[in-house]
Amino acid sequence: MPMTIKENMAIQQERDLVYCRNRVKEIAAKIGMGIVNQTKLITATSEIARNMLRYAGGGNVKVEVITRGKLEGLQLVFEDSGPGIPDINKAMQDGFTTGNTLGLGLPGAKRLVNEFAIQSVVGKGTTVKILKWKNG
Amino acid sequence: MEQDIIDGLKLKKDQVLEQWLKDQAEASDYSNNFNTNEELEGQSAELVDILLSTLNEDTLNNFSSGDLEPLTDYISSLTISRARQGFSPRETATYIFTLKDALIKVLGEIVAGEPTKLYSVTLKISKFIDNIGILSFETFITGREDVISQQSDEMAELSTPVIRVWNGILAMPIIGTLDSARTQIVMENLLQGIVDTGSSIAILDISGVPAVDSLVAQHLIKTVNATRLMGAECIISGIRPEIAQTVVHLGIDLSQMITKATLESALKYAFNTLQLEVRRIDKNKAN
Repeated sequence: MPMTIKENMAIQQERDLVYCRNRVKEIAAKIGMGIVNQTKLITATSEIARNMLRYAGGGNVKVEVITRGKLEGLQLVFEDSGPGIPDINKAMQDGFTTGNTLGLGLPGAKRLVNEFAIQSVVGKGTTVKILKWKNG
Repeated sequence: MEQDIIDGLKLKKDQVLEQWLKDQAEASDYSNNFNTNEELEGQSAELVDILLSTLNEDTLNNFSSGDLEPLTDYISSLTISRARQGFSPRETATYIFTLKDALIKVLGEIVAGEPTKLYSVTLKISKFIDNIGILSFETFITGREDVISQQSDEMAELSTPVIRVWNGILAMPIIGTLDSARTQIVMENLLQGIVDTGSSIAILDISGVPAVDSLVAQHLIKTVNATRLMGAECIISGIRPEIAQTVVHLGIDLSQMITKATLESALKYAFNTLQLEVRRIDKNKAN
């Protein structure tokens, strides 16, 4: 039986990241996601949410359990109203960073999930949508 | 128009205070033995004084006005001192909201016979006191948040012990999330531990870290590099299968580091490096 879980979390400080990660892990465990996929999902969550906090000063995360045919999974939408990303292709390259980090956050997160979509308007904000199937 | 009424209230200050004290005594929730009666009366008189002296037509309609600063400051310090004395937020709120009752009762006498006027002023006064109540709540919560963040700092400090497992071998189990502030503490404690004990091998056990993302990995790499600069070797242990897979997918290169799945294998490696051997004693031979 598919569950209907829809949640909204605000990311405004480092502490919120911990809560967000734990909550995503809880929901993932509830729908029966395996430990490896759980870890991949919370790592991707952590990357994107931290980017949001660092570069946009915070934002919102929407978590939703979705089903598509026989597939069941978790969809997360990260929304911020920060400065936006001028060149998404560049931001999605391994090793590209403007913040003196490893530059693996976005491309790494993309590799950890099943579906990944990013939209950004300079001066308006960025939206990242990720999806991880339970057994994907 | 409102100014007249406010002036009227100011003239009847003593009556407001008297009514308020009476209401406080009547509110059953509010019979506390923390404060002596004189203390309570003094505090209440002071609050009525500040309230009525800052209240005017402008501030009544605009709670964020700068002129209200003496009042907001007083409410904040009152809330904090009451919280310290052990009053519950409910008691402090009741204390503030009984003032509303007293004010409205006195208002009724001042504006007797003009229901519409009384109604509009009552609404405004009521909103004003509500704002004071909200301010008190906010102060209370901010106070609590300060305590929480203080405690989490203390926890970060406490939960990163450096253990000397053998002569020359240090171990540091990390439990919980490894953020920037925490890494700083971990690194400081570890490097200091290396100096203090003259150890040449440090084992950083991350079994208790829920997820290794690129920032945590970066912190680990920095810690290992710093340890190397001190002339010691750093082993990362406790890499669980799911963490290993995630790190590979993320594309983080940890191949420059010595990593082990368990603390046990890290310890074995350390013994090997120090050319130590752990052996079972053959009891027959010993006898």
